[in-house]
Amino acid sequence: MIKNNLKIGKHVMKSRLIVGTGKYKNFKQTAEAVKASGADMVTVAVRRVNILDKKKPVLMDFLNPKKIIYLPNTAGCFNSKDALRTLRLAREMGGWKLVKLEVLGDKKTLYPNMIETLKSTEVLVKEGFKVMVYCSDDPIIAKKLEDLGASAIMPLASPIGSGRGIKNKLNLSIIIKNAKVPVIVDAGIGTASDATIAMELGCDGVLINTAIAKAKNPVMMAVSMKHAVIAGRKSFLAGRIKPQIYGSPSSSTKGLI
Amino acid sequence: MAEIQLNGKKVSIRTNFSVKDLIKKYKFREKRIAIELNGTILPKQHYVKKKLKNNDKVEIVEFIGGG
Repeated sequence: MIKNNLKIGKHVMKSRLIVGTGKYKNFKQTAEAVKASGADMVTVAVRRVNILDKKKPVLMDFLNPKKIIYLPNTAGCFNSKDALRTLRLAREMGGWKLVKLEVLGDKKTLYPNMIETLKSTEVLVKEGFKVMVYCSDDPIIAKKLEDLGASAIMPLASPIGSGRGIKNKLNLSIIIKNAKVPVIVDAGIGTASDATIAMELGCDGVLINTAIAKAKNPVMMAVSMKHAVIAGRKSFLAGRIKPQIYGSPSSSTKGLI
Repeated sequence: MAEIQLNGKKVSIRTNFSVKDLIKKYKFREKRIAIELNGTILPKQHYVKKKLKNNDKVEIVEFIGGG
């Protein structure tokens, strides 16, 4: 059954859902939602420590990095220099080599700047990092990232935090078909059916933050996303029926009275 | 006395103050932070030996929630 687990670098995960830890009401809620989601991996950001309020709780008090895989990201970085600096600090902090690279292009769309992203990927791979790369849904760029040594490709479904769902199924399908490394749909998932669709397309996993953290009931949404990802994966593996133009009766017509 | 920049804020410290002393003073949890001194990452094993000088720029970071 190992075949059905998600493997990124040396990490083998039972869950194909990766969750972000931003935007929650407090750390308690973050921890509850992460637990409910069943995720083995969470994304985290790197920021200055608060030197004025030393008693402020920190994320690690609520999510034990020995029990869950911390995936440091470069959220908020708009160029290669800042992204590299952030991830080198992350590596020093935890000793992790597995990181998520995300270099943004502009503050409005939060679309990735793929020129800076490609540059950074190349440097990070040379420095021994295992890099999961947030990227546009361009199949050529995705392939290029893989050629540069990315450990996983993370195309967006729609803009970060937009909850718009999957806007370009065709491109995602091409990326999935071409890739030899895991493809994780990152950004834009709005609700459970979006996550299921992503998994039905054949992607290896889904990364969700806002759709869970900003739901009316984040913990319940985390459970929903967990099942949505499992349902989509199983549906993909089971092999869907071919869509037909006309109806086909479910009950045999033989012996009709 | 010396004056350093700690996470963008001016902070006064005693002379001959090490990075380890700074960590103790602010009660930072060593395992949960990373330190950059004047733009270069300072490996944890150097915290004890490394003395801070006037005008040093120290950045101390941690993991926070993020997507």
